[in-house]
Amino acid sequence: MRELLELLEHDARRPVNELASMLHRSEYQVEKEIADLEKNKIILSYNTLINWEKFGADTVTAIIEINLTPQREVGFDAIAERIYRFDEVRTVYLMSGSFDLLVIIEGKSLNDVANFVATRLSTIEGVTATRSHFMLKPYKKDGIIMNDEERDRRLVVSP
Amino acid sequence: MTAQETEWKSRLSPAVNSIAPSGIRKFFDIAAKMEDVISLGVGEPDFVTPWSIRESCVYGLERGYTSYTANRGMPELRMEIARHFAEKFDTHYNSDTDVLVTVGVSEALDLAMRAILAPGDEVLIPEPCYVSYQACTILAGGIPVAVPAKIENEFRITPSELEEHLSPKTKAILIGYPNNPTGAIMDRENLLAIADFAKQLDLIVISDEIYGDLTYGGEHTCFASLPGMRDRTILLNGFSKAYAMTGWRIGYALGNADIIAAMTKIHQYTMLCAPITAQTAAIEALRRGEKYMKKMVAEYDRRRHLIYDGFTKMGLPCFEPKGAFYIFPSISPTGYTSDEFAEKLLQAEHVALVPGSAFGKCGEGHIRCSYATSIDKISEALARIENFVKKHKK
Repeated sequence: MRELLELLEHDARRPVNELASMLHRSEYQVEKEIADLEKNKIILSYNTLINWEKFGADTVTAIIEINLTPQREVGFDAIAERIYRFDEVRTVYLMSGSFDLLVIIEGKSLNDVANFVATRLSTIEGVTATRSHFMLKPYKKDGIIMNDEERDRRLVVSP
Repeated sequence: MTAQETEWKSRLSPAVNSIAPSGIRKFFDIAAKMEDVISLGVGEPDFVTPWSIRESCVYGLERGYTSYTANRGMPELRMEIARHFAEKFDTHYNSDTDVLVTVGVSEALDLAMRAILAPGDEVLIPEPCYVSYQACTILAGGIPVAVPAKIENEFRITPSELEEHLSPKTKAILIGYPNNPTGAIMDRENLLAIADFAKQLDLIVISDEIYGDLTYGGEHTCFASLPGMRDRTILLNGFSKAYAMTGWRIGYALGNADIIAAMTKIHQYTMLCAPITAQTAAIEALRRGEKYMKKMVAEYDRRRHLIYDGFTKMGLPCFEPKGAFYIFPSISPTGYTSDEFAEKLLQAEHVALVPGSAFGKCGEGHIRCSYATSIDKISEALARIENFVKKHKK
């Protein structure tokens, strides 16, 4: 099961017959396992990792550190939910260390993001401080190197 | 050829003249000129060396590790090698006397042959086998005696087969399992039979275990770990295949102190030492490289299933390979020789592979396909081969 997940995580478009061969199982078994994983929300969605910079999209990404005052009963969860419900928010992690939430936001422009932080995030009750860092260049995302220069340098035939 | 060129050739060493050039060359020349060729003919990993290993070499260079090392290799590396065999196979080597770091298994094999062979000594070599086994034997003054392995037995070798080729001149057996080109392995029981045979006839066993870590669905048995075999075995291994380090040229030989001392004597005069850059990288490979290695092995294993299924479905008989990264299907349904098959396939479908005959006479009728290439390329190559086989079935 773990191996199947790792294969799908790396390439979700792999045909079922190939997956079945690689894992030494029947196509039916693999299909059923995938269906179960989807049903149990272990597989949440199939995304495509895109190099938007290369495409030329002019989006702005910011990483926001947020400090919170935890609330009785729910701790950080309720505020986190209020934050992650925004479409602009791509990622939210609860962190140990000098801040509590790490939030990644995408927007059309610097202004757009700054505006969102000022008017929507910092005004949420319980948010005590925010620090914004704008992303300049992605080198590696989700285990994939964005501009990988490594190529096959081997001889075509060798003993 | 001009008269003078003929004359030059006649002045060369007869041993060198007697060695045929590698049968792979021809295919390399054709394939290298093609644009969209998919190669299943590559005998090395498609992964690059894991970064932590590369990085440790760079760090070593920055600190000025650029000198010669001890002839036998850096003490830290020899200790890591000895520790590895003690932990993994419960086989114990003294890192001061029983370990020699070499420039790949290729050098280690050459040293082993030169250290033990007297002129005319015979070496039993199961075939199909790696291309340099015969040549190394001849260059060391010995006589290679081919022992054909049978496909019915999944290209394993048995004592009775070895016995058929025995002579009073037989000095050693040279085995290479997991095997290049067949992907065959010998399990513990098979090897125990060979060990008994070697003991009975007092033969030295040279065991090339470069593909040992690439064993699927079971554990590799180290020949030297079998009862009574440690001193009788010259164990050859290295980093090329398991750690994707072919270009570093780094390997080692393990054995009893006398044989290793003899090999070291040749090594110190001819090679001096293995490159220090490769040695620093090899230390890192043994200390922290296992997790990367296991990941690569798991990937080879998945490709192995895929390629085995592919050949089975298209009707080329083959057994399921259990080691290395090769599969060795029979091409009997086409009626071609392996050379013809490889050449026609390359011209028609632009898929490069190596004819089985390059690995000994009994490899005829087979092709060696390497699955050290990406899944996408394997799938595409299988489709092209299937297309070819359909058109050329008898």
